[in-house]
Amino acid sequence: MLTLENLVLEQDDFRLTADLTVPDGARVAVIGPSGAGKSTLLSAIAGFFAPASGRILWNGQDLAPLAPGARPLSILFQDQNLFAHLTVAQNLGLGVNPSLRLTATDRAAIATALARTGLEGLADRRPGQLSGGQQSRVALARALLRARPLLLLDEPFAALGPALKAEMLAMVAKIAAEANTTVLMVSHDPADARNFAPLAILVVEGQALAPQPTAKLLDNPPPALARYLGN
Amino acid sequence: MAARLAALAVLALVLGTLGAVAWRAGGLGALQTADLGAARFTVLQALVSATLSALLAVPVARALHRRRFPGRGALISLMGAPFILPAVVAVMGLLAVFGRAGVLNDGLALLGLPRVSIYGAQGVVLAHVFFNLPLATRLLLQGWQAIPVERFRLAASLGFTPSATFSHLEGPMLRATLPGAWLAIFLVCLTSFAVALTLGGGPAATTIELAIYQAFRFDFDLARAASLGLLQVALCIAALAATTRIALPQGFGAGLDRRAVLAPPAGHVLRAQDAVAIALAAAFLIVPMAAVLARGLPAVAVLPAAVWLAAARSLAVALAATALTLALALPLALAAVRQRRFEWAGTLPLVASPLVLGTGLFLMLRPFAAPGTLALPVTVAVNAALALPFALRTLLPATRALEADYARLAASLGLTGLARLRLLILPRLARPLGFAAGLAAALSMGDLGVIALFADPAQATLPLQLYALMGAYRMADAAAAASLLMVLSFGLFWLFDRIGTHADA
Repeated sequence: MLTLENLVLEQDDFRLTADLTVPDGARVAVIGPSGAGKSTLLSAIAGFFAPASGRILWNGQDLAPLAPGARPLSILFQDQNLFAHLTVAQNLGLGVNPSLRLTATDRAAIATALARTGLEGLADRRPGQLSGGQQSRVALARALLRARPLLLLDEPFAALGPALKAEMLAMVAKIAAEANTTVLMVSHDPADARNFAPLAILVVEGQALAPQPTAKLLDNPPPALARYLGN
Repeated sequence: MAARLAALAVLALVLGTLGAVAWRAGGLGALQTADLGAARFTVLQALVSATLSALLAVPVARALHRRRFPGRGALISLMGAPFILPAVVAVMGLLAVFGRAGVLNDGLALLGLPRVSIYGAQGVVLAHVFFNLPLATRLLLQGWQAIPVERFRLAASLGFTPSATFSHLEGPMLRATLPGAWLAIFLVCLTSFAVALTLGGGPAATTIELAIYQAFRFDFDLARAASLGLLQVALCIAALAATTRIALPQGFGAGLDRRAVLAPPAGHVLRAQDAVAIALAAAFLIVPMAAVLARGLPAVAVLPAAVWLAAARSLAVALAATALTLALALPLALAAVRQRRFEWAGTLPLVASPLVLGTGLFLMLRPFAAPGTLALPVTVAVNAALALPFALRTLLPATRALEADYARLAASLGLTGLARLRLLILPRLARPLGFAAGLAAALSMGDLGVIALFADPAQATLPLQLYALMGAYRMADAAAAASLLMVLSFGLFWLFDRIGTHADA
């Protein structure tokens, strides 16, 4: 269970507070106007942005002392999710063991992850030789291998076309359901949020509100969200 | 932490030696009238050399920018060569063209004109222009290439004359780039030693560096050498202070641009003007080097054993200095992305000159060991320190990109320590690391500076051996040794650069 306890994020003029809980295995969209702090919120949870005050807890454990790589989560960024100079297999291997000293079991796990994400036969390619959709799958396969209980998506599929994006989100939903992974997904697209995430955290006017049913929120948006949605 | 250690090592070397020099000098009392003349000549020749190089580079860079011809790319690449060409080799080449028995004087004699001498202030300036005109040309060419091609298209569509193009497009660019290029050259010329040693001398053409050498080596007047060192450092700091107002150029100038170009300006006069600028610059660059190789290469095989031994010593020094440069530059470049003070630490050697560092190290080490036995290790340390600012400037853009592109991803995966070095840093930085290693190796291979202070003949490096051959008027052997030195310097640069390019994924 992810808990943001009296969390305050500050940078220059920017200020965001959050005091909320995300239940285990939930798929949650993080929605709100541009610049509201959606990405900053994910950055803080992932350990790239130190909170001004408050705590971020996972099952009651404070994450503050943990380095980004040691936190019980995987994060997919908007871009630069893969090392361009490493092969697909090596990029996946980093999810198993960051020093890339892999056992036979590790290699088998990598092969399974490749197969499950539809990347058979691409193990020795470099990211530059893959399509955008394939690159997203590699990043997702690595998250699958890391098998952390929390997955943060900071718009990793924003550059994909609508069909590919829907396909990727379906894949995330399937993988997350199997391992009961909690997913937080920043989204600019209300349709994505409706389809993928039963719950939504609204980030607006300096506050991240507790998760609420996505459909209800989008059907009766508060004024600030309505302005952003344009209806 | 590695970056702290590297910064401390540089600080200890530079500030320690400066401290020793200042303490030994005890003020400027030991200076003689001639030394003030040396200070004046140092500044004057640097002013003239930098101004000539920068101004002459303007027509050459403009011609290279607006004309396309076979060999253009090769010529631009070759203009990077003088930066790593050993100074003594360049002097050999200039002697072959402008010397007493050179091509120029033979031509003048044929015409019944009096001979000209390359020795003295004019020779020092000539050599400095030889080194820096190509550098300035590349820096200005980069400025020209940075003007968006759309601007030139707009100018052409509005029917701009060449002079209108100059005042609206090229003039503003030159106002922005020329001062930086000028200052970079001025800084290099300020610490000129090998050129002054071989072509200068005497009351009218002695630089401070040369005066330090003479006070040290001939008079063994350490107080005076140290006072001169303080004077040199003061000059360097004053010139560096100017860089806070005028930005030094980043990198080493333009490479090959493959962008489409607009039709060059028509007209026979402009065509002829550009052709002359390019031909003269190419001849000035190529003929001296070719003269050395033509005379020296055939005789390399029969060089005496002492020269080959010196070459082996130089190779060992160059490789050790390269390793040390990278060991200092890489951690500093990685740390400098987050904290500017590491960049400053790596740039600190610019305030010192080879001979000042050498004098300081001599003063510091004398109580512990006979200076002669330390000649090679001291040369390694000084060469590494002096190559460090260049290596750092080469690496910094790459480490900044590395940080921006991959720091978060690496952290999110827990990629740290040696695994980070092996899997991320070395593969991503292979190209600039290879280039920096090549620069450091070639600069060290050709260095005739601190080694001249310390070494006895039994420990001579190849540049020192070459200087001795020139002094003994064994010009055939000297040409052969110069050819060997040129081949080794360029070879080392080529090898390291190639390793880097190949390792780059």
